Amino acid sequence: MTAREAILRDVRRNLGRAEGATPPPPPEPRIRIPEVSREDRIARMLERVSALAGKTLHARSAGDAVEYVAARTAGQTAVASNAPFLRQIGVTELPGVQSGFTDERNLREACASAEIGITSADYALADTGTLVMMASPAEARLVSLLPPVHMAIVPAERILTGLDELFSLHPLPASETSSMVLITGPSRTADIEQILVRGVHGPGEIHVVVVD
Amino acid sequence: MSTTFDRKIDATLSDPRLQNAIYKATGRLMSHRKIAVDSDVLPEFEELRTQANAVKRHTIENLDWYLEQFERNVLAHGGHVHWARTGTDVADVILGLAKSRNASLIVKSKSMTTEEIDLNERLEHHGLESVETDLGEYIIQLKHERPYHIVAPALHLTRYDVANVFEKKLGVENETEIENQTMIARRVLRDKFLRADIGISGANFLIADSGAVALVENEGNARLTTSAPKVHIAVAGIEKLIPRAQDLATFLKLLGRSGTGQPLTVYTSFLSGPRREDEVDGPEEFHVILLDSGRTKLLADPDKRQSLYCIRCGACLNHCPVYRKIGGHSFPWVYSGPIGAIITPQFHGVESEPGLPFASSLCGACAEVCPVKIDIPKILLELRADVKASEKRHAVNEAERAVFRTFAYVASRPKLWQRATKLAARLGPRGQGYLKKVPGFMNVGPVRAWLSQRDLPAPAEKSFREMWKERGR
Ligand code: SF4
Repeated sequence: MTAREAILRDVRRNLGRAEGATPPPPPEPRIRIPEVSREDRIARMLERVSALAGKTLHARSAGDAVEYVAARTAGQTAVASNAPFLRQIGVTELPGVQSGFTDERNLREACASAEIGITSADYALADTGTLVMMASPAEARLVSLLPPVHMAIVPAERILTGLDELFSLHPLPASETSSMVLITGPSRTADIEQILVRGVHGPGEIHVVVVD
Repeated sequence: MSTTFDRKIDATLSDPRLQNAIYKATGRLMSHRKIAVDSDVLPEFEELRTQANAVKRHTIENLDWYLEQFERNVLAHGGHVHWARTGTDVADVILGLAKSRNASLIVKSKSMTTEEIDLNERLEHHGLESVETDLGEYIIQLKHERPYHIVAPALHLTRYDVANVFEKKLGVENETEIENQTMIARRVLRDKFLRADIGISGANFLIADSGAVALVENEGNARLTTSAPKVHIAVAGIEKLIPRAQDLATFLKLLGRSGTGQPLTVYTSFLSGPRREDEVDGPEEFHVILLDSGRTKLLADPDKRQSLYCIRCGACLNHCPVYRKIGGHSFPWVYSGPIGAIITPQFHGVESEPGLPFASSLCGACAEVCPVKIDIPKILLELRADVKASEKRHAVNEAERAVFRTFAYVASRPKLWQRATKLAARLGPRGQGYLKKVPGFMNVGPVRAWLSQRDLPAPAEKSFREMWKERGR
């Protein structure tokens, strides 16, 4: 008997269930989506990110957003993801910004040495100040992970109210991506004497730029 | 009450610094939680708890069905599922994968399940380097200790302890600034992440309708563990299942708030297989190891099986007046506090540590804060009854009961136990066998009676303790 068979046998025996018996319907998922205006969602998003010690900008135009990124990346090395939005607004053209990686080794080396990683985000969650990153050829995992600074540039219409709205739009994220990561503030630890230190493994500095 | 328990308790109670550290840390976690679940900010908190309890109950009561659904969906996305009855099975799966992929360096993110089965020691025994990457876990791995708290593993240590162990094990200057210590760990571990062949994580949730593993963390080490190496292996107890991705909308709101008072932890990863076509990075292989190791046994009791709803938030530890006095290492297993007190006897038998269910004042604070509403005091009472019943079965009269206590006394003292089992190893059968004969001083009525019911595993050629020590050299 395989371990699989033995485990399933014991589970069924101890629960008194017959093999293959369909369970009663599970409780309905609890999904509640509040009505929140676009302005309030933007305001709430930025407020939450600031509360987590993230830096924010409410950009009135794409140009403002690019200018903000340019100021932070000046004299530094940065990697931008392949998100079409970043190319459209011109972030990938900034001096010192490398982009367009399709080879893993090159991407890894660039991200491991870059000071800044620039991405877009599939969504943002206003309630918690969260960025939602779905891995794809356009958004590699390491850009928002290896460099000590992460800048995310997000169109305002991608700001959702919270987790409930995200999972109502994407009830099965696995059918769309192999990895969905929620990022809520800078990397942190308090493992030594409860003292908060940012940037232990992931980026310790995070910028969220919302483009209206 | 068993004597190991007693001795560690005494040591903890008479250490003012440690008392203060436990009190401060748990106190802070309590007040952060209180703010995060306040009805002003989260009016639906009670509703979420009720929902979480109902979903967990439903999943556990139909667990075989959800396990099979989970497996089908992992396979559909190109991942692999392995089933493990024991910790040894888990190690065998990983050793097999490591061997065929010529792997030597493993990075690990924090997982109580792998602590439970001593996975690192098993892997290192076979020549693999397995490095914990959560800062607290890394420190206690260097110190060869076990986690002090489910969510704050190094709660009991000071910056000076960290400075000393870093100096000794990493060959760095004696650095006592916490920020600098953190950056030392970042540097050392970053190098490991980029060189590692395999990343091993646990799982906070297994999602049946997605074939996905959900991980929550603050540091980013779980993201690195599951993104940088070519192979990602998640090790999870079978009770970690929830039916649907949409259930995360309930559980994620509860987990961070209950544990550390965070509405969401910094990172939540929802991982459902190897990288897909045209993705530039991400693991090429995705494996999930489903572990039993006593869990199926817990399902047998319709009432006590709710112990398996636990999402390891740690809130019951923080709110327990007993944990807050005696600390994590006074408990006999890796799971401490109220949740440890109810699952340890169920995994290992009430005889193993008969004092444990009594180490509670039944004040009910744990049940009040538990996000999945496990009725911990009720289970403690049931376990107390089980202890009484087992004592009646095994100790025939008062004189023999006293001898049995001597046995327990020896068994619970590492040094004495070491000597006694070494003696037994010399006298009795070796290796795979079971002890039918025990050394004279242990061959007394109750032990004999006990052995007639069950066999005592024969001591291995080398005890785990000996292997551990040798490895440390
Ligand atoms: S028993 Fe409840 S409170 Fe305790 S760790 Fe588990 S989920 Fe949290």
